[in-house]
Amino acid sequence: MTIETTAAQSAAAPAASAETAVMTYSEAIRDAMRIAMAKDPAVFIMGEDVGTYGGAFGVTGELINEIGPERIRDTTISELGIMGAGVGAAMTGMRPIVEIQFSDFTAQAMDQIANQAAKIHFMLGGAVNVPMVIRAPGGSGTGAAAQHSQSLEAWFVHIPGLKVVMPATADDAKGLLLSAIDDPNPVMVIEHKLLYKTSGDVRVGDIRTPLGVAAVPREGKDLTIIATGIEVSRALEAAEILAADGIEATVVDPRTLKPLDSGTILRTVKETGRVLLVQEAVRTLGFMSEVSAIIAESDAFGYLRAPIKRLAGLDIPIPYAPKLERASVPQVEDIVKAATDLVREW
Amino acid sequence: MTIINTPIAANPELAASSLETMWKIRRFEEAVEDLYGRGLMHGTMHLSIGQEAVPTGACLALNRDDYITSTHRGHGHCIAKGADMERMMAELLAKETGYCRGRGGSMHIADTETGNLGANGIVAGGVPIATGAALSAKMRGTKQVAVSFHGDGAMGEGAWHEGVVLAAMWQLPVVFLCENNLYGMSMSSEKAFNLEKLSDRARGYGIPGVTVDGNDVQAVYDATQEAVDRARNGGGPTFIEAKTYRWRGHSKSDKNLYRTRDEIDEWRGKDPIPLFEAQALAAGGLTQADIDAVRDKVRTELRSAVQRANAAPDATADDLLSAVYAR
Repeated sequence: MTIETTAAQSAAAPAASAETAVMTYSEAIRDAMRIAMAKDPAVFIMGEDVGTYGGAFGVTGELINEIGPERIRDTTISELGIMGAGVGAAMTGMRPIVEIQFSDFTAQAMDQIANQAAKIHFMLGGAVNVPMVIRAPGGSGTGAAAQHSQSLEAWFVHIPGLKVVMPATADDAKGLLLSAIDDPNPVMVIEHKLLYKTSGDVRVGDIRTPLGVAAVPREGKDLTIIATGIEVSRALEAAEILAADGIEATVVDPRTLKPLDSGTILRTVKETGRVLLVQEAVRTLGFMSEVSAIIAESDAFGYLRAPIKRLAGLDIPIPYAPKLERASVPQVEDIVKAATDLVREW
Repeated sequence: MTIINTPIAANPELAASSLETMWKIRRFEEAVEDLYGRGLMHGTMHLSIGQEAVPTGACLALNRDDYITSTHRGHGHCIAKGADMERMMAELLAKETGYCRGRGGSMHIADTETGNLGANGIVAGGVPIATGAALSAKMRGTKQVAVSFHGDGAMGEGAWHEGVVLAAMWQLPVVFLCENNLYGMSMSSEKAFNLEKLSDRARGYGIPGVTVDGNDVQAVYDATQEAVDRARNGGGPTFIEAKTYRWRGHSKSDKNLYRTRDEIDEWRGKDPIPLFEAQALAAGGLTQADIDAVRDKVRTELRSAVQRANAAPDATADDLLSAVYAR
């Protein structure tokens, strides 16, 4: 079963708020956690330096002053222990949000993510749920080199039992996180460290972005660009440049990688007949390899006027030097060139 | 659970229930071994025959809603915490009526009704999970305690260290109960850890530690009760080493190349069940007729559990894909 449901997995959201406010991605995440904690005493945050320090990227900020150290819980540097404590708490009535400072450090916690959190519901015959959220920033661009810059989403998508989201905007960072907190399953929220300080209109109040529903922030007739994480904003910037050159691109942001809204992907591919898949993660067996396979196996294949094209990170560890780091992952100009070639050559 | 002041062996009700628990574990595992040996059971299993006094004594100190996390060698913990042998047997026989509907098998039986958060196929996997359950109990303001059963092998794992560090920092109501059966698969705990007693390690974590005879129900109960009282009263975690012995191999592939027949025989001489029966006879808690009655009761119960489990429908593959995620 490759093609998954497109139905929203989240609990029904309260009445959507039309009102918006400009917030950073980071503030939007904090807003979501504040709202969830005000509503449900079972929700708490646990992680390294999430308290007075405010989080490695400042996401929890001053929440400890509002909510206190019981529920904004500083831990030792023990990713595996924190993750396991999250699993145990989630199995017994709490709804932990576990913050991992860099998604690379999930490698330290992998047993509890892959062998415990993801499998417990299934393995125990459905007797127990593990309603936990794991927040972890991924991605390159900060000069932090190979152990602090990876894009590991494919690891988690490859483990049945986990849901995986990658918010690309401030509003989705809030809406997807609130949906993830509602969800009775472990949800991996992969944030992007370059997005934390970016701003956007964010719906005010207790809003949701449903899990399993893609966004289509731009529609065009010539090609479909499907991008995740930081590459969504790069794709949109590239689309502007392409438009000036007479090429109209549709941009699709899956938002949730698991469960994937393959319906929206296939629909937009059929509409344009050309598809460019863009991910920051290394190319081989990346998430877009799966998207490519889904398209190739579907009836959208018959609509294709050009081969499916992937644009991805090089198959290397992320290097330190700024020029090298930049050259390692798709940039706006790479997307423009790949899209232009796709449209002009086919 | 009210604190038991009289010796277990002298208390007719507790002596009978403790003996019954030990016999249930023993007979359950003997049945499993037999079914496996005759090709009627699939997969693998890890038997705790010889170790029955540990879960029996420890669970006597726990309330029904207290939590335990268990191990790959977990049948004893599961039974002692109050699980139903028929549903356990059904799970091992790959039946739809099993605790995990045939999706988990021997290494993943949990029984949330009795606070058992599950056996675990990963060594020390349950240690930080117990820490989390204790954190949850503390945050929810209940008086629940969590007991992490684990083996000596788990003490070489990073998960053990991290689970204990967090529990000590937060002074959580959790008991780390090490069943030191002297071998982590084939690695002897004596060789593995440069410690006279594994409980010597507790001091390094800033928590109390004690070593007891794991073949003595009373000794295990006393140590666990003290640790549970401390935990319930906000005194934080305790480490207990219960020294015992695994009579059978690690699993079915074990050829016992790493230990001697003499050693196994020596420990068979310290069988916790006749030891307890002798204590109960001497203390007056049980007569020989009582002891015989317990054995008969367990034999009948187990036979019926196996028969009913066998008659149950096989686990079905129909809804596997929809069983991965909770709704």
